[in-house]
Order: sequence, then structure tokens, then C-alpha cells
Amino acid sequence: MSKVIGQRVTRYDGMAHVTGETKFVDDQVVPGTLTVKALRSPVSKGKVKNLDISAAEKMPGVAGVITAADVPCNAFGLVPDQPVLVNEDIRYRGEVIAAVAAVDEDTAMEALEKIGLDIEEQQAVLDPLEAMKEGAPQVRPEGNLQIWDGHGYRQVNLGDVDQSFDQADEIVESTHLHPSVEHAPMEPICSLAVPHAGPKLTVYTVSQALYFHLGMLCGILQMEPGDVHCKQWKAKTGSSWRHNTGYADLNYVGGTVGGGFGGKNDIMADHVAALLALKTGRPCKWRWTRAEDLLYSTFRGAWHITIKDAVTKDGRIIGRQMTSIRDAGSYASLNPYVVEKHCYLGAGPYFIPNVRVRGYCVYTNKPPASSMRGFGITPAAFATEVQLDKIADRLGMDPWEVRLTNAFRKGEYTPTKRVLNSVAMIEVLQNLAAKAGVELPGHLKAMASTQERG
Amino acid sequence: MHTLELTVNGQTCRVEVGLKTTLLELLRDKLHITSPKVGCNTGDCGTCSVLLDGVLVRSCITNALSVQGKSVTTLEGITEPGDIHPLQKAFHEHYGSQCGFCTPGMILASKALLDVNPSPTRDEVKEALSGNLCRCTGYVKIIDSVLAAADEMKS
Amino acid sequence: MKKQGKGIAAGFYPSGMSGGGDSSQAMVKVQPDGSAVVTVGSCDIGQGCKTIMAQITAEVLGIDYEAVKVVNDDTDNCPLSFGTFASRVTYVDGLATKMAAEDARRILFEVAAVMLECSEDELEAADSQIRVQGNPDKALSIGEVAGAGTFGMRKFILGLGHYMRDLAAMDPETCECDPFCTLAWAASYAEVEVDTETGEVDILRLVNSYDVGKAMNPTHLEGQIDGGATMGVGAAMSEDLHPFFPSLEFQPDNLGDYAIPTTMDVPDMESVIYECPSTNGPYGAKGIGEMTANTPGPAIVNAIHDAVGIWITNLPATPEKVLRALDAKGA
Repeated sequence: MSKVIGQRVTRYDGMAHVTGETKFVDDQVVPGTLTVKALRSPVSKGKVKNLDISAAEKMPGVAGVITAADVPCNAFGLVPDQPVLVNEDIRYRGEVIAAVAAVDEDTAMEALEKIGLDIEEQQAVLDPLEAMKEGAPQVRPEGNLQIWDGHGYRQVNLGDVDQSFDQADEIVESTHLHPSVEHAPMEPICSLAVPHAGPKLTVYTVSQALYFHLGMLCGILQMEPGDVHCKQWKAKTGSSWRHNTGYADLNYVGGTVGGGFGGKNDIMADHVAALLALKTGRPCKWRWTRAEDLLYSTFRGAWHITIKDAVTKDGRIIGRQMTSIRDAGSYASLNPYVVEKHCYLGAGPYFIPNVRVRGYCVYTNKPPASSMRGFGITPAAFATEVQLDKIADRLGMDPWEVRLTNAFRKGEYTPTKRVLNSVAMIEVLQNLAAKAGVELPGHLKAMASTQERG
Repeated sequence: MHTLELTVNGQTCRVEVGLKTTLLELLRDKLHITSPKVGCNTGDCGTCSVLLDGVLVRSCITNALSVQGKSVTTLEGITEPGDIHPLQKAFHEHYGSQCGFCTPGMILASKALLDVNPSPTRDEVKEALSGNLCRCTGYVKIIDSVLAAADEMKS
Repeated sequence: MKKQGKGIAAGFYPSGMSGGGDSSQAMVKVQPDGSAVVTVGSCDIGQGCKTIMAQITAEVLGIDYEAVKVVNDDTDNCPLSFGTFASRVTYVDGLATKMAAEDARRILFEVAAVMLECSEDELEAADSQIRVQGNPDKALSIGEVAGAGTFGMRKFILGLGHYMRDLAAMDPETCECDPFCTLAWAASYAEVEVDTETGEVDILRLVNSYDVGKAMNPTHLEGQIDGGATMGVGAAMSEDLHPFFPSLEFQPDNLGDYAIPTTMDVPDMESVIYECPSTNGPYGAKGIGEMTANTPGPAIVNAIHDAVGIWITNLPATPEKVLRALDAKGA
């Protein structure tokens, strides 16, 4: 029936890739482009006491220097808590305080050295467990915990978890630490902003989400503000994420990205390149070094995950309590969404009738963490799947049997009471065993997702 | 500034470079040849790989002045214009590229291998490409592509 | 001593943004020669957005894959998309593209019904033809129809599609809600060899099993599974942005120190695909881009336990952590 769907057609852009014809942002050549370099904070927390750009501005070859004073709306993000350039408070090592556009890299680097900067360093907090405590250094004025509906955590409550612990034959507990992980796409962060008469602006971007960032950049640049739509988003997130008529003045060009993995879901360079292009009237390119990319771009924040399970002798998990703490770094970025997703689905692909999840999104003086492939589920999968083997170990049961016994079946529901229809956990495990050459016992082979639980 | 004469993809060029200019900067910024990429500028990722007198080098840590009189081949120069090299064909057909950023360097590293070893084993391909990073593919289909190209070039 | 072990892990993952509310639009324009241009606002970050949108457009219009051009380069020309994340493009952009292509096909049928003197309901689009179902003699090439529609009837053969899942209403105390479109299912099997003297772990074999709803392009799927599994191997074995967490000391600032897997670190990998269609994805498809990194890591950690009886509860499983855990177990 299908002529094209399901076929192994070759990659649409494969020929361009293998001939080197594919153009990434850094491959765009616009004559007269200036090189951008950033002055970043050397401390994790502090206050800027003095910032003097006059000597840098006067240097031959320097076309422009920007500071917070040059940013029309110096707050962006889904929860717009992040300044483009430091106002006064420094919240992480590497936060951008000022940026220079110059004729070449050497001149730009020399200009950075000519910027006068006095910082009063303050006590930073890097450990999320410390940051949660009373009296910890404040990362953001809004507090160190993300607040949802009056709680310092997002919660999922299904059934009666405490009762399930009373009914359990075994209680299995464990704590896991998933480390901070960098996306490390081969293409580093890069942005090229080209001003046109009008005034209008074209931004060549590595963004994974052109429209997300178009809206945010319009907000930062305050291009003809006029709230248009997405009231639903506001209602849900409390965000004043701007959608406005500035779209007409700004074209976001991209769509071909040298790897993303969630690392290009936040604006990291477009705003600075755009501000410098508007200030100097010339094309400005900011390509981060690999060191900047590793040290200061967003990343998968670390997670502490504690699980306590109520288990019966025959291997059923009848109750699960998860307490998960996300090190979000210094700004919201996409962290609250990451924690929400963790809470919805973190308990794993098993039907557990009693579940309590508390997901904390804790701010620390690290660069802002954000989305990465798998959002909050990847660390949850590590914790819960190792926990499954611990349960098997405790009960003296086969790891296949524990999983197949608890796997979701059609018509069962997740911890948020979403009833499931397209379910294939059992079949996927059975296929895995067959491919791996593992002979499952007959009763496990006979299971099916469409069978009602006995 | 110093004047440098070299051959790039078969054509003789004369360019002005500084003492610090790298071969990668020379190719990208002066000659506008963009297939070698700036992935790290520290010689760790291999996206800037080119062939220098047929030998695989990382152009980001190769000083431009050191290539005086030598011959540089980038991805643009591995065939006559309009032709497709068996490696390019194999990378396309066997899905050896996803985002495409590492692909130019990967194909040149593969060519450097096949030029000296036309019948590599899977492990020899792995070894030869171990200095070229890819974050998308998990390398499986890249290695498949190189082995397929080797087969086609022999037949 | 070298000891071998095996381990498994399972998981699931939603397609599209959890909580809903994420839009994607698409436009399909049929040119006067019967070829098509599909325009979407999502990016190709290597995952294959352009390929899948071209496949869907070709399928709906009954034309060759090669007769479809994909445009996704900028916000002046391309319709809205929330972007390429949350494993949403095949599912959400795919639905929008399918709707847009069907809309364009509807216009072609209007034109062809006049030309073939039949009703629109009798028509089908296949083999680069618009024809009466079951009557191969009553057929026109899609180029004839598109040309006649464009110039003879002055039609603009442009189809539009827009998919957006409603925002999920949520109870703040229980989080009761219906937050996602569909779920895909996955499991991994790992075999490892642990050197009890050096603490080094060699991954001998990795098998990955997926339900993808519908394998839109099996080659793309395999590539994504291999790539995600390798990212999972990196997170499990070598990658740590803050090696002295929570301290920032000794943070890796180059790709020599931040060790993503190389060709030498990747085990032999195999994958097996199962198709349990989603109820409303395009052709039953689900998105699996992200989840491919989720189950390989814990399968490896469980295999290490099977081999030497230690639990690695703090990734990555470096030789140092393995040796310390072996010491603690021995003591």
C-alpha cells in the first residue's frame, strides 16, 4: 500500500552533507562581518561595582561595546528571569557582563582586557542540597526553589502510598546521582546578525526552535511590543513570553543545525549578536569557543533521585515514592518543564497503583541547566531501572520477570491517571529477549499487553 | 604578513597570512572553502580534517606557514567538480551522516585510510576514524559506509 | 580477573510536549508540473525532519519522493513550529504536513473531477496520477491536473495543515492530567566485561528494542537508535561535566577531557523494531528521538552488577568508582 512511507529512502539532505555543500551558520560569508567576544564573570556570585568600557570603545578597530544599559528588555526566557547582560548581580561563573564587536578576534580580545571591571565577590551556593536549606545564599530574588501552585515542588499523588508501604512484603530503597552532562554537538554555539535598512535584522542561528527564539528576541529588542497571542501559555506558566508585531522586523534563518540534543533550545548568542549589529550597523558574528560551549552553555543538570518502593513477594510493585532534586543552575531556562516531565513519567513504564513523586527544581550558582535529550526522563530511567534490578535481587527473581510482571498493559493508567491505549512494553521486552538470544520461560512468553492483568 | 604559496584542490594559490594564522583559518576565512569546520580549534574533534600531501591533518592546529609549497585537499577537491567519490556515494546511501557537521572530516579520514589500506577490517576502520568525533550516529553507519565504499572501489 | 555480566532496562517516552499546547503548521504547494514543495518551521538537527516531511508529502500526493522539495529555512517564509525538541517533529509536524498534503490533494481532485467527468470521491492519487479508483483508463498525470488547475482554472494548489494538542488541564495537588499524545516503548540489553584489577568496563554487546508506532524510514530509525544508545553509553561510562560535583573545579573545557564516545568506545549494536500504531499519529508513527539515550545506560549498570555484584549509583561508571565499589563490597 504505502509507496514511500516505511521505505528506506536516502536522506533528503544527504548529498549536500557528503559533498560539503550544506551551509551551517559559521559557513555564511557576509562581507564586513565583525567578530564578537564576551567579557564573562570570573566569579560564581557577586555584584558588579564598576564597569568602565570607555577605553575599549575608543580602541581602533572596535566598532561597539554593549552592556546591560544597551538591552531594551534585559530579561528573557520562558520564565523571563535571565538577563542578556549582567545588570548588577552575577549569578554564575561565565555570565556575560559586556560584549565587544571588532574587526578581528585579536582586536576584540584586546578590547576585553581594556574593560575596567570591579566585582564584589559573594558566597555562592553550588550544591542543590545546600541551596534548599534555610539561610542558604540566595541565587535569585525569587528564591532557590521553583514554586508550583504554592509548593516548592511539583507533585504527583496517586492512590495511597503510605498504606502500600504497610501492605508490602519488602521495602526497597535507593538513591542515585545522575551527573551533569553536556550536549556537545559538533557544531558549537554560533550566531550571525545582519542589519538591513528599515531597520530590519536577519539572524542566522543554530536554534532548534526558530519561532521560540524569534518571539524571545523580539521581546528582548522590544520591537514594537504588542501582545498578540499565546494567552494559554501565560495562564499555564505565568510567563510573559512576548509575541509581538516585531516579527515583521526580524527574520530568523536556520533550520540546518549541526546537532542539537536540546542544547540549542535556549537563546545563547543571538541576542548579543543582534544587539551589537543594531548598535554598530554592521554584521556581527559570535562563535563560542569549544571551551565556552562546554563551560557556559546549557547542559543536563545533575539529579539526586531517591526511590522507596513497596513490593510484594510475587514481584508486584504496589507503591512507589520518588523524591527528585534537579540542579537547575542559576536561571529557569527550561528547567521547570524538565522537572514537570520527570514527575509525569519518571516512575517508569510499570503499572504502580500508588505513586507519590515530588520533583524539586533547585537553583544554584552554576550556569543555567536546561533541556537535554530525554528531558527529565533519562535520569529517572537510570534510577528506576537500577532500582528494578535491586528489587529482583532482593526477591531472588529474574530481572526479566520483574519487568514483565509490572509492565503497563492496555487500559491501565499512569501516575497522572492517563489511561493508556497504544501499549507495547511487554512485546518490546519479548523482542529484546529474542534478539539477544535469551530464552524466556513460557509464562513470560505468553504475556501480552492486550491481556488484562490477572 | 607573509606570502604563502600552496596548492589547494589542485589549484595554485598565493595568499597573505599572519604568523598565527592556522590552515583552517586560511581555508575558511581567506579562501572561503567551508567544508572544514571549526568544531573545537584544539585538535580534539576532527571536523577540520584535511589532507596535506595526502596525509590526514587537523587544519585547526596546523600553522598556515608550515604548508608552504604543499598540496592541500579538502572535501571539495576529492573528485572533479560534478563527480561523486565512492566514499561520498556510500556515506549517502548508507546513512553515514545525520547532521552533517562531522561528515567532511569523516570522509577525508576515511579516504586517508582507503588510500593506504584498500581492504580494511571493521576494527581498522574504527581505529582510523577514532580521532573524528560524531555525536549523532553512534558511528555504526559511518563504518558501514566506509566498508561499502572499499568494496565498491575494489570492484 | 575479568568477569562478564548481562543486564536489561526498559522505558517509555511521550511524543510532543508534555502538557500539550505545542503547535506546528505546514504548507504543501503543488507546482504546475505536479512536483511539490512542503514548507515547515521545524529544524533538521540531523534527525531527518526534511526526509520524513518529504516522505509524507509524496505518500499523500502519490508522487515520487524525489519530486518533493522541503523548505524549512527561515521564519519569513516558513509556517510556525514550536521547534525540534520533545520528540515532536515526526508526530506533530508530520500530522500538520499530512493535513496540508491532503488539503492540496483535495484541490487536485476538484480539478481532476471536472477533467475526468466524475465525482471527487471516486478519485485516488497514486503512481504520479490522479485516477478513478478501480478504473485505470480514467487517469491523468498529476502534472496534467496541476497544470490545468493552475493555468486553466486559475487555482492556487496550496494545502495548509496545523496540529496542536490542547493544553492539559491539571489538578495541582495530584497532577491528574492527560499530558501527552502517545507513548513509545523501549528496552535495552547489555553484555559487559569488568576487569576487577583496573576497574575498566568493556561493553561487549548492546541490543536495543523499540516500539515506534510506524517505522516511517527504518534506516533513519536505526541511525537514531545507534546514536542515542551511544549518547547513553557516554553518560553511563565517561561523561561528567562536573567531575567533583557540586564543585566547578577541574571542569573539562575541551573535547579531550570531556570524553564523548569515539569509534573505539562503541560496542557492537543491534536493534529490533516493533510497530504498535499510535491512535492519531501520522500513519501511526511515534517519536523516539530522545528516548534512545535512556535505557542503554541502566542496562550497562545492571550488567556490571551481574558481573561483579556492585551497584553503581553515581554515574558515570568510571574505573575509579568500580574499584571503590569493589573495595567496599570486599570489606
